[in-house]
Amino acid sequence: MVKLTQRLGGLILRFAAFCAALGAVIAMITSRERSSFFVLSLVARYSDLAAFKYFVIANAIVSVYSFLVLFLPKESLLWKFVVVLDLMVTMLLTSSLSAAVAVAQVGKRGNANAGWLPICGQVPRFCDQITGALIAGLVALILYVFLLIFSIHSVVDPFLLRKS
Amino acid sequence: MAREKILLGLRIFAFMATLAAAIVMGLNKETKTLVVATIGTTPIKATLTAKFQHTPAFVFFVIANVMVSFHNLLMIVLQIFKPKLEIKCFNLISVAILDMLNASLVSAAANAAAFMAELGKNGNKHAKWNKICDRFAIYCDHGGGALIAAFAGVILMLLISAVSISRLLIHSNKSAAASSPSSLAAVL
Repeated sequence: MVKLTQRLGGLILRFAAFCAALGAVIAMITSRERSSFFVLSLVARYSDLAAFKYFVIANAIVSVYSFLVLFLPKESLLWKFVVVLDLMVTMLLTSSLSAAVAVAQVGKRGNANAGWLPICGQVPRFCDQITGALIAGLVALILYVFLLIFSIHSVVDPFLLRKS
Repeated sequence: MAREKILLGLRIFAFMATLAAAIVMGLNKETKTLVVATIGTTPIKATLTAKFQHTPAFVFFVIANVMVSFHNLLMIVLQIFKPKLEIKCFNLISVAILDMLNASLVSAAANAAAFMAELGKNGNKHAKWNKICDRFAIYCDHGGGALIAAFAGVILMLLISAVSISRLLIHSNKSAAASSPSSLAAVL
């Protein structure tokens, strides 16, 4: 009974993380806005900034990985490998989120010392969609930190609850 | 026993790498007098400073590297001065979880600073942000050196986490094998 609830909890967490990462990818890819002032019209796309491209690629890798691990059978020997892969995926998620937030903060507030003006005033809908994508990425990260501790608990038996 | 020595060696390297990254970025500052405009024939000079505090990503970089190097120092001290600390499961699992969290922290800090540095080096013509590395070359060089040290720290923290997790797995296998004959004897 304990094993069944453990396995079910792990599956639910992983499916939620898969949905969050996929949502972040989709929200960022579909963000595109054209703004025109006077005769100039500029198009804001996510691919203009390298950090957003990295965010999309990293979250795509994470969602594919989650989807594949959802179908791993229970008695497979690969579960010990899943612990290390979960750690690497968590590091990938935090690095991509941190880079995207750093660059988005410059886009929203600008950097007065470097002479960089904020761009959110001209393309507000683009900025809002990027914010939504970053929030989804944060949710995926939090779920993956829980999943990491959960994977260790499933593979190791720290309090020797199992009696042979 | 060899595993403990490998772990100690890795922790010393990670401590040095993250401390070096934090110090080099913390002392990063360059002042330059530039010609801003020209009225007639007299050029107007302005003194501009590039400091690491101007960019929030670099502030996060310094703070995170200080935290990770402090964690490594704590683990080194615990390992040297209390070698025969009882190997209980709680010690091993808390060390493993702390190592994993700090590995994520240092990877986040190094990556944020790397992308901000790329923005400063190449600028962004879509957002009309000029590059600053052509005018503040020493600032950019020092920042690049700090970034290299931080990425070395990331790789080392990943290895340290892997070794900690493997120690945990081996200990749990050993105690699972040891407890089964004893419980069987108790039943009999």
